[in-house]
Amino acid sequence: MDTSIWRPILYLIGIMAFAGVNAAWLGWCERKGAGHIQRRCGPKEVGPFGLWQPLADGIKLMTKQLIVPQGVDGILFRVAPVLAMIPAITSMVAIPFSETLHARAIDLSVLLIFALASIGMMAILLGGWASNNKYSLISAARSVSQNVAYEIPMLVTVITIVMLTGSMNLEEIALQQKGGFWNWNIFPVVGQSIAQAIIMPVSFILFFICSVAETNRAPFDMAEAESELVAGHMTEYGSMGFGLFMMGEYLNIVVGACLTAILFLGGWDSPLPFIPSGVGWFLLKIYVLIFTIILIRWTYPRTQIYKLLNLSWKVLIPFSLAILLLTAIFIKIEGILI
Amino acid sequence: MSILRETKWALLELFPEQKATEGEAEKAAREKHRADARAKIEAEIKAKAEAEAKAKAKSEAKEGEAAAPKKPSPTEETAAESAAIDLAAKVKSQAAPQPAPPEEPEEPESDEPPVSLEHEGPRPFGVMVRSYAARGYHLDVFCAPDQVVAAAELLDGAGFSLEAVTGVDWIKEEQMEVVYDYTITAGRLCRVAVRTRIPRSAPEVPTISHICPGANWHERETHDFFGIKFTGHPYLVPILLPEDADFHPLLKDFTP
Amino acid sequence: MTLPIQCTPDEIFILNLGPQHPATHGVLRVKLTMDGEYIVEAEPVLGYIHRMHEKMAENGTFAQFMPNTPRLDYLSALSFNQGYCMAVERAAGIEVPERAEYIRTITVELNRISSHLLWYGAFVMDLGGFTPLLYAFDDREQILDLLEHVTGSRLTYCYYRFGGVYNDIDDDFVTGTRAFVKRLRSRLPIQYRDLVTGNIILIKRLKDIGFISAETCRKYGATGPVLRGSGVEYDVRKHEPYSIYPELDFDIPHYPEGDCMARYMVRMDEIEQSLRIIEQALDKLPDGPYQAKVPKTLKPPAVDVYSAVEASKGSFGCRLVCDGDKGPYRLKLRSPSFSNLSLFGEVSEGLLLADALAVMGSLDLVIPEIDR
Repeated sequence: MDTSIWRPILYLIGIMAFAGVNAAWLGWCERKGAGHIQRRCGPKEVGPFGLWQPLADGIKLMTKQLIVPQGVDGILFRVAPVLAMIPAITSMVAIPFSETLHARAIDLSVLLIFALASIGMMAILLGGWASNNKYSLISAARSVSQNVAYEIPMLVTVITIVMLTGSMNLEEIALQQKGGFWNWNIFPVVGQSIAQAIIMPVSFILFFICSVAETNRAPFDMAEAESELVAGHMTEYGSMGFGLFMMGEYLNIVVGACLTAILFLGGWDSPLPFIPSGVGWFLLKIYVLIFTIILIRWTYPRTQIYKLLNLSWKVLIPFSLAILLLTAIFIKIEGILI
Repeated sequence: MSILRETKWALLELFPEQKATEGEAEKAAREKHRADARAKIEAEIKAKAEAEAKAKAKSEAKEGEAAAPKKPSPTEETAAESAAIDLAAKVKSQAAPQPAPPEEPEEPESDEPPVSLEHEGPRPFGVMVRSYAARGYHLDVFCAPDQVVAAAELLDGAGFSLEAVTGVDWIKEEQMEVVYDYTITAGRLCRVAVRTRIPRSAPEVPTISHICPGANWHERETHDFFGIKFTGHPYLVPILLPEDADFHPLLKDFTP
Repeated sequence: MTLPIQCTPDEIFILNLGPQHPATHGVLRVKLTMDGEYIVEAEPVLGYIHRMHEKMAENGTFAQFMPNTPRLDYLSALSFNQGYCMAVERAAGIEVPERAEYIRTITVELNRISSHLLWYGAFVMDLGGFTPLLYAFDDREQILDLLEHVTGSRLTYCYYRFGGVYNDIDDDFVTGTRAFVKRLRSRLPIQYRDLVTGNIILIKRLKDIGFISAETCRKYGATGPVLRGSGVEYDVRKHEPYSIYPELDFDIPHYPEGDCMARYMVRMDEIEQSLRIIEQALDKLPDGPYQAKVPKTLKPPAVDVYSAVEASKGSFGCRLVCDGDKGPYRLKLRSPSFSNLSLFGEVSEGLLLADALAVMGSLDLVIPEIDR
C-alpha cells in the first residue's frame, strides 16, 4: 500500500529535479562548450568553472519584472511560456531511464510523447501570436510550418521501428535491444537481415535530423533566427517568461535525445554484454547526443526557411516513406522464409 | 583615340561656340602638324635623293672608269615615284576626317589634349582640361543649370557613373555651385567634374535621378545641406537630417 | 478579440528593420513592405548617426579635421585618413617621402585586412554561424596589436600627417608584421576556407542570391567589392594608381557571378592580395625621412581638388574646395557605402527576408560612414 502513494510523489520530485537541473545546467554546458569551441573561456566567474552561473541567471530572471506590453493578448501571452515547459516535463513520465527506473509504463508511450511534442509547438505559436509583434508573428508562422514538415518524417521513421519491434511501449522497445551494441536498432546485425542493417543507420540519421529540427535548434532555428527575427517568438518576453522558453527548449532537447537513445541506441543497455547495464549508460548516451547537437549549433550557419521546408518535403519524407516500404517488404519476406 | 579626348568632344556638343573655336584651333594645329609632317617627309626625300645621287655619282664615277655611261637606271625613277605616292597617301589620310572631332592617328605629341589655361575673371561656359596631377580630375565642365541633364545623358551614354553630387555655397558672390563628379570604371581612367552655378536666392537645378538612379540619394543629401531644389526629383525629403528639418547646415550663414 | 496586426486587404504589411536590429550592424533602419516573408519594397532610412562632419571641417583648420576622418568608417580608419591627407597634399602641393608612402601602404593594407576580417565574422553571424566571428577576431586582434604599437590607438587611428606619417615604424613592427603575415597565411586555408567557404549551408545561402549586375553598379555608382563581385575589374589602387601601388605586384580579384557568393569570394581573395602587398612593401621598405617639411599652418591656393583612394568598402573620394584660407572652404566626403547601399532597394525587391539580410551583409555597410 505504501508504494502506491510514495511512488508517484517520489517520481514527481525526481522528474522535476531532473528536468530543472537539466534545463539550468544544459545552458551552462552550452555556454561553456560554445566558449571552448570559440577559443574563449565561457562562464568562469560564478563558482568553480562558472558552475553556479545558472543559479545567478535564475535569480536575475526571477527578480526581474514580468512585463506584459500594451496591446498583447494578456492571457495567451502568459500561458505560452508555461505551455513551453509543461509538455516537456510531462513527456518525462513516459521515458524509461532503466529497467527499474520508470515513472509509469504506458503501452503507447511513443504516441504520448509525440502528442505532447505537438503541444510544445503550440507554445511558440501562441507566444508569437500573442506578442503583437511582427517579428514574433513571422516566427510563429515559421515554427508551425517547420514542425508540421518535420513531424511527418519523424513519425514515419518511428513507425518503422514500431513495425520491427511490434510495440509502441518504449520499455519494450529498449528491452528488445538488450545484449550488446550489435543488437541496437541502429546496427541490427543480429536478428535482422543484412538489408535492415544498411537501412537502419539511414533512418537513424533521418530521425536525428528531424529531432534537431523539431526542437528548433541551429541550423534549423528558424523560429528564433536571431539575425533575422531579433529573437522570434521570445522578442517581447523578459524575466521568467523568457527563462521558461529557454528551459523548455533545453528540455525538448533532452526528450529528443532520450527518444533517440531508446529507439536506436538500446536505451540503458551497455554496449558489451559483460559490462552491467544501467541508468548510467542511458545518461551517457543522451549527453553524447546533446553535446553533438550543441556542437552542430556552434559550427554551422543557419539554413533558410524555404530550403528547410524543401529538405523535409523533397528529401526526408520520400526517404522515410521508402524506408518504411522497404522495412515492410523485408518483414514480409522474412515472415515467409521463416 | 584616348578616352579623355573622346569625352571632351562628346561634352563639347553642349557648347557649340567653344566647339567651333576648339575645332578651329584643332584644325589649325592639325594643319600646322600636317605641314610640318609634309615638310619633314619632303626633307627626308630630298636628303635621301641627295644621298642616293651622291652614291650614284660615286658609283657611276667608278663604273664610268670601267665602262661607257648608261641610261639612268629605272630603279631610281621607281623610288622617286613611290615616295611621291606615299606622300600623297599620307596627306590624304590626314585630310580625310574633315568634320570634328578630328582624328589624329599619328599625332606626334601625347594623345591627351593640352591643359587649358585658367580664365581671368568669371569663367565662361565650356569644357576645360585640367592637370590630373594637380587637381585629381581631367575634365572640368561648367554649364548652365538646365544643361546638367544633357551632360548627364551624354556621360551616362559614354559609360560613366556618378560618384557624387556636391554643393558649394559661394556666399560672397551670392551664388551656389553644384558639382557632379563622374568617373568611368570600365578599364580607362577619366574623371569629369560637371559644375553649374545658380543664384543663392532661388537655388533650383533639374534632377538627373531619372538618368542615374544613384543621384537620387546624393541630390536628397545636397538638398538637406544646402536647400538646393532639384526640380523633378521624385522624393525630395531629408535623408541624413531629421525628417522635419527645415534648416540647411552647410550654408555659410547658417547658425544653429 | 481584435487581430494583433492590422492587415490591409492585400495582406501587405510594413516591417521596421532597425534602427536597432541585430542584422543592421548599427543604426540603419530599413522600412520593408512585406508580403508574407517576401519583400515588396525596401526603403533604407538613414541619418540616425549623422554628425555633420562636413560642417566640422569648414569650421576648423586642415589639421583639426584629421581626427574626424577615422570616425567616419571606424573599421578602415586609415583609408579615410589617407584619402583626406592626399586631398590636402594635392591642394597644397606637398610631396610625401618614399618611406612614408611605404609605411602608409603597409598600415593601410593591415587595416584593410582587419576590416575584411570583421566583415567576414559579422557576415557569417548574419547567416547564423556564430563561431567564425571569434576566429576572425582572434586574427584581427593581432592586427590591432600591431597597429596599436605604431599608431597608438586600436580602432580610430589618426596616424597620417600631411606629408608623411606621425612616427616611424620600428623593427618590432616589421618582425611582428612578418610573423602575422605568416600566421594568417597558414590559417586562411583551414579556419576560413575549409570551415566556412566550403560549407554546404553557406554555399546554398549565398549562391544565386541577390544578383547585382555590372550595369546596376554603374548606374548607382557602387564601387569596391560590390562592383568587383559583378565582374568589373575596377580598383582605384590599380586604375588610378596612387602612393606606391604601381611598384607592387598584386591582382584585383573579381568574379562575374554578381551574387552574394561572388562578393564574399572577392573579399576573401582580397585578404590574400593584401598579404602579398604587405610582404612586398616590407621587402622594399627604403630608408629616409618619414615626414616631409610642412609648414605648421597650411594655406593652399584657392583650388578645388578631388582625390580618391580604395577603402575596404569601395572608392572613398574627397572633394576639397579651398579659398586660400587655413581651413577647407568646403569638404565633400564621398563615402563608398552610401552609394553601395543605395542599390539595396532595387536588389532586395522580391527577395525573402533572410536572403535580403544576406544581401545587406554582403554589401559590407558601416553606418557612421553612410550617415557622416
